[in-house]
Amino acid sequence: MTRSTALRVSNVSLSYGAKRALDDVSFALGRGRFCALLGPNGAGKSTLFSLLTRLLVTREGRIEVAGFDLARNPRAALARIGVVFQQPTLDLDTTVMRNMRYFAALHGMAGRGATARIDAALDRLNMRERADEKVRALIGGHRRRMEIARALIHAPEVLLLDEPTVGLDTAARRSITAHVHDLAAEGLTVLWATHLVDEIEPSDDVVVLNRGRVLKQASAAEIAGEGDLIDAFIEMTGGNDEAAA
Amino acid sequence: MNAWTIALYAIVLREAMRFLQNRGRFLSALVRPLVWLVIFAAGFRAALGLSITPPYQTYITYEVYIVPGLCTMIQLFNGMQSSLSLVYDQEMGSMRLLLTSPRPRWWLLFCKLMAGVAVSLLQVYAFLGIAALMGIRMPAMGYVHVLPALVLSGLMLGALGLLISSTIRQIENFAGVMNFVIFPMFFLSTALYPLWKMAEASRLLRDICAANPFTHAVELIRFALYAQFNGWALLLVGTGAVLFFLPALLGYDPARGLMRRKG
Repeated sequence: MTRSTALRVSNVSLSYGAKRALDDVSFALGRGRFCALLGPNGAGKSTLFSLLTRLLVTREGRIEVAGFDLARNPRAALARIGVVFQQPTLDLDTTVMRNMRYFAALHGMAGRGATARIDAALDRLNMRERADEKVRALIGGHRRRMEIARALIHAPEVLLLDEPTVGLDTAARRSITAHVHDLAAEGLTVLWATHLVDEIEPSDDVVVLNRGRVLKQASAAEIAGEGDLIDAFIEMTGGNDEAAA
Repeated sequence: MNAWTIALYAIVLREAMRFLQNRGRFLSALVRPLVWLVIFAAGFRAALGLSITPPYQTYITYEVYIVPGLCTMIQLFNGMQSSLSLVYDQEMGSMRLLLTSPRPRWWLLFCKLMAGVAVSLLQVYAFLGIAALMGIRMPAMGYVHVLPALVLSGLMLGALGLLISSTIRQIENFAGVMNFVIFPMFFLSTALYPLWKMAEASRLLRDICAANPFTHAVELIRFALYAQFNGWALLLVGTGAVLFFLPALLGYDPARGLMRRKG
């Protein structure tokens, strides 16, 4: 793994009984890149995220985060990952700040040091003024931004987001997508799972996953070629989804 | 504090706050044993004669006899409630947040157990306080000595809940736990009647009661409330805690447990 590679997935496979959920998946993410993991529903994106976050493990293949093998050195690898799960993971009846403090403590941070990091993370997502609000009072887009801010508290090198715009309206979707692209521009490595092509910019890297297999890894512009990305995606996956914007 | 104890403190604080904010849960946790103490015990007082057996040194009323059993019942229900909240957390996703933190998984689950124990301590001491106001008082030092006993029995019953939660896929399946775990454990124990009394009815039932780990948690607490030490109960409750916790860890092992089955 070179210093410029933040995340490397090599020959990863996983089966649920007879069903092959992931089949020899390999790709690599350069530091500071925004990479969309693009695949139709049921492609294996969430399964791959479970493996990347060690909620599942497999004996087939290897995952390295910032040079740390997830199987051999899980704690060092997990410490360098920030995660936003598809399903919200918030305590609705406590404040934004309490949610943030709880997460910081799970990563071993407390006191003034934690407060400074939390403030900085909330600032990055323009959420600081909502620190004392109860999460239940926040609209969907703000909850998502809070979850992204929370995932940044421990200064991860890789940010994983599993379909983070599910259930959001168009404006919130656009805002979240722009925020995370900005984070990548600041140097954070981002893996963004989606089946919505309009969340991807031409300069983004794209890994196309379908039926548990990687069909292609290239920039969005390269995959789109002369046409547009939606057509290329549908052609590659055989229209295996309502795919798109 | 180091990173491990910071995580422990945060997890315990979160559970305690959630419990204290939920007044309905606090109330029902207190009403249940108080109903047993006030109504059931009053009815049984005349029917059930109790001889002097350790740790008691004089004749006692039935209300006094069942207080340790009710303390343990609070912890049993709390252990199952914690288990229920774990299943809920799995469904709601917050368990993912916990399990992806960079601490060993056994430690994270132990923190969850300790959080459940902390909540049960709040309930038990509130119950003992109300019992004292009703005139059912223990020796002053008993309230201190019972603390480590409650921690250990809380760990054992919490570990049992953790084990159950690692085998339950959906929250709807939880009703079965009431029928097949809570009721048999409680009634086949020394919580409501001593072993010798059970032996008069059935030798087999007495043996089942003697083998029930809940019985030993009750006796550990009973002796501790009278500032006495029951080594046998301590050994069995400690062993029970370990024996429940280890398979629960396997249930939460990412290579073979719950998350794999849930996909």
